[in-house]
This record gives sequence, C-alpha cells and structure tokens, in this order.
Amino acid sequence: MNKLYASRRRRNVVAMVLSFAATGFGLGWLVLILGTLLWEGFSGLSLRVFTEMTPPPGSAGGLLNPIVGSLMLTALAVLIGTPIGILAGTYMAEYGRYARLTQVVRFINDILLSAPSIVVGLFIYEIMVAPMGHFSGLAGSVALAVIVIPVVVRTTEDMLLLVPNQLREAAAALGMPRAFIIGRVCYRAARAGMVTGVLLAVARISGETAPLLFTGLNNQFWSVDLNAPMASLPVVIFQFALSPYKDWQSLAWTGALLITFTVLALSIFARTLTASRKQS
Amino acid sequence: MVDVAMAGGAEIGAITRSRILDRLRLGDSIFRWLTLAAAVAVLVLLSGVIISLIQGSLPALQAFGFNFLIDDRWNPVTEKFGAVAPIYGTIVTSFLGMLIAVPVGLFISMFLTELCPMWLRRPIGIAIELLAGIPSIIYGIWGLFVFAPFLQQTLQPFLIDLFGPIPVLSSLFAGPPYGIGVLTAGLILAIMVLPFITSISREVFESVPAVLKEAAYGIGCSTWEVVRYVVLPYTRVGVIGGVMLGLGRALGETMAVTFVIGNAHRVSASILAPGTTISATIANEFTEAVGDLYTSALIALGLILFVITFIVLAAARYMLLRIERRIG
Repeated sequence: MNKLYASRRRRNVVAMVLSFAATGFGLGWLVLILGTLLWEGFSGLSLRVFTEMTPPPGSAGGLLNPIVGSLMLTALAVLIGTPIGILAGTYMAEYGRYARLTQVVRFINDILLSAPSIVVGLFIYEIMVAPMGHFSGLAGSVALAVIVIPVVVRTTEDMLLLVPNQLREAAAALGMPRAFIIGRVCYRAARAGMVTGVLLAVARISGETAPLLFTGLNNQFWSVDLNAPMASLPVVIFQFALSPYKDWQSLAWTGALLITFTVLALSIFARTLTASRKQS
Repeated sequence: MVDVAMAGGAEIGAITRSRILDRLRLGDSIFRWLTLAAAVAVLVLLSGVIISLIQGSLPALQAFGFNFLIDDRWNPVTEKFGAVAPIYGTIVTSFLGMLIAVPVGLFISMFLTELCPMWLRRPIGIAIELLAGIPSIIYGIWGLFVFAPFLQQTLQPFLIDLFGPIPVLSSLFAGPPYGIGVLTAGLILAIMVLPFITSISREVFESVPAVLKEAAYGIGCSTWEVVRYVVLPYTRVGVIGGVMLGLGRALGETMAVTFVIGNAHRVSASILAPGTTISATIANEFTEAVGDLYTSALIALGLILFVITFIVLAAARYMLLRIERRIG
C-alpha cells in the first residue's frame, strides 16, 4: 500500500516539476526574443532612422520610406477591410442570427482567420497584380484587407451577441426601425469591443510580410504612389536581414524593434480597453 | 428618430408622415441588404481564393499532371517541377514543431489552471499571448541571427555525437551542423505555435466543471491524476481541436521558416540538413520566377498548401464547435 502511495506521489512531483519547467520554457522565449530585440534594435536606433531613406548597400541610412509605406498600407487596408467586416458581423449577429447562412459564414470566416497568409498574397497577385501588369501599393493594401476582414467579422459578431436583448426590445418599443436600433443602440453598447477588434486587426497586419512580398513588393526610393510598388517595414526587414551587409542588417533589427513594439503596444492597449469595460 | 416623432403629431399631415416612414423603411432595407452583401462577400472571398489558385496552377497541373505530387525534382532551368521536397519539408517541420509544442503547451495549461496562484494567472496568460502577437518575421530574424548560430555550436554537435554510433538514428542526425535546417525550422515553429495551443487548451481546461475536479480531489487524487484522468478525458475533443489549429498555423507559416530552413530542394533523411517548405519556396522564388510554367508551378504549390491547411483547419473548427455546444 505504501509502495503505491510513494509511486503516485513521485509521479505527481514529476508532473509538477514538468509543468513548472514548461511555463519557464514558454516565458523564457519571450524574454530571450524581446531581450535580443531591444539589445540589437536600440544600438541602431537614432533620429536618422526616421528622417532618411533606405540606403544602398554598404552605407548608412534610415527607414523613412518603409515606415511611411507601412503606415499607408495599413491605414488603407483598415479603411477597406473594417466596413466590410463590421457589416458582415452585423448581419450575423442581428439580421441573420439564426439563419443557416450565418453558420456557414462563421465557419468559413474562422478558416480565413487562420489561413496561411502567403496564399492571400498569391490570390491578390492573381486577381490584381497579374491583370494590372505591375506590383502596386494598392494590391498590397487589398491583400492586407483580406486579412483584416475575418478578424473584424469575428469580434464584431461576438461583441454584438453580448448586447442584451432588452436594449433592442426597448428601442423597438419606441418605434425605431431595425437599422436605427443597430446603429444607435447596439453599436454604442458594443463599441469598446468592436474597436478592440480593429486594433487587433491592425496589430496583426502591421507585421505581416508574406502577403506583401508579391503584391506591394518593395521600393528603394521615396514613393507615396499607390499605383507603384511601395516599401513596407516587414519586406525591408526581410530583404535587409538576408543581405550580407552589416549596415542593412542593423537597420533590419531596428525595424524589427519598431514593428514589435507597435504590435505589442497595440495588443496591450486593446486588452485594457476590453478589460476596463468588463469591470464597469 | 425621437425628434421626428415629436415634431410630428398634428401639424404634419398624414402624407408627410407616411413619406418619412417610407424613407425609414427604405433606409432599413438598404442597411439590411448591405450587411447581407458583406456576409456573402466573406464566402465570395474564400471561393475567390480557391478559384484563382486553381486557375493559376492549371498550366503546371496540365504539364505535369499527377507527377507533380510524386516528382522530387525542382529545376527552373529545365522547367521540371515536382512538389515532393517542399511537401516533405512542410510536413516534417510541422511535425517536429508539434512534437515539442503540444506537450509543453499542455503542461503550461495545467500549470495555469491547477497550480498557479490566482494573482499570477493573468500576467502569465497575457505574457504567453504576447508571444502569439509577435510577428513571424521577428521569429525569423531572431532565428537566423541568434538561434541558428547557438544551435550550430551546442545542440547540433551534441546530437551528432550522441546518435552518431547508433545505426538508424545516425542517418537522422547525419551531416555537418549547419545551424540552419529542418531541425531549426521545427524548433522555431514550436515556439510560434506554443501560445496558440496553450491559450486554447487553457480555455477548454477551464471549462471542466469544478464539481468533477473537486470530487476527484475529494477521493484523494493527486493534481496529476486529476488532470490525467478527469480534465484530459473531459476536454479531449477541444484539446485535439486546439492542437489541429496550431498545426494549421505551423503548416502555413512562412517568414519564420523561410529565414532558417536553408532553401534546398531535396528530401534528406537528416533533420540537420537544409530543406524547404511549400511556403518558403513560394516566398523565396515567386518574384524571381521567370516564365509562366515556373510561376504556375509555384501557385500550384500554394494550392496544395491551401488544400492541406483547409482540411486541417476545418477539422479543428468542427471539433471546437462540438465542445462549445457541450459547454453552451
């Protein structure tokens, strides 16, 4: 009897140790990656990064054109993707809550949510770059918008489903048409959550590289023309990191630092938005 | 709305009133159709992806037929393309990644749901999820400059020395330690999918009714026994769903793998050797591809990747739906 007890106890201790170790292992990577990023990124960080263009190989320069390019691509992608996402989410939560179509859309949307982003790049290449005959910033934004849509659909639907039905009924009792109920009551009640969804989508696309490789391509020079290839931070990091030049590699680290902290700041901010809403 | 009703009443005649109502009704139905169109657009998006990939890969599929799937040559010069090497690399790296990430992720969830003090749960949970938020290109650049050189000097020579004298295993760890290669890509994938598996398995672990766990503790079960014989059986479907969701990510992951896999189109038994995956091949070669057949072969690779991940993700969602229904 004692033997059995001892072996159960031993097993439990082993499992406990493993689970502590696993957690340490998981958190260790976060510390390691962020640590390296800070170390390597800060050493290259200076005002020049924000004021100068990407340099030719072997000389110093900055990241101004990819930073501006990334901001433009992201902003346009959000402008295209958010309305579609919010409208689709609205249909699923309000008009067609019990419709068969909603179930299908939800399933497909969840698959789009985790579909490989490089396939999205191929898709946009096929429908935009190939027919137009050239790479363009516009194609890059549309590719990013395709990634924004499922994220926004998901959060909009989830947040609207959380709005209590009494609010809708009260508004309907005043004689409001459905569109007004949704616009004036439901959207207001779900606003924090919906904004969170958009922020998460921005966080997601600001680091996306694969869909931009053959849509937005890259541009060594200053260009804000959406009809021409456009530089973006992730693609520049990809190109510079794989190059043999020290200057380029150091700029790649700095760019990586900028992206990571933008993304982390956005996702933490998004989290606090919903957290404060839950408490109130 | 309220204003309209207030200003209305007796002064405004019945005609204007019905006109306003008509306008409202019109606006309502326009909005309704807009939302419906957007919902349908999501479906169109997915079918558009499938159709455009099929269309783009037609030339290659016509030229090579079924051979595309069983040919391991990839020669842009002679325009002979086969998908075996990238498919093999995709499967092996994902398998390696899952082999590490699944047990580690489950143990972390066990820690978070059973052992961790309450005040520490939220910070650790958030930290693990931040790991999921780091863009994949960051893992790539870190893997290339920090992780690969580290592996080249430590883990890889160790593995070669350890398994060198053993007959079968020696071929698995044959060749010089390059640093980059299949093993490195697998390890990076493990770090990347770890947060996905952790957050989903944690969620499903938390769905276990407290009564069940308390009953098990009450008859004297240890923590490990509660997790092994109560929590895991109860959440099996959800855990498998979460694992498959992670697998879907690993299969399609592009940037992190592209940096560290070495991009060599060959099937080699050694996991220390450089290889390639479907997504890495596309990322590396697409913009440089000359000729329609080359481009089309790369799109065909994308189609294969999409089909594989679609099946895996659909299965994952189906399983997660099942557990959601049981909870709900």
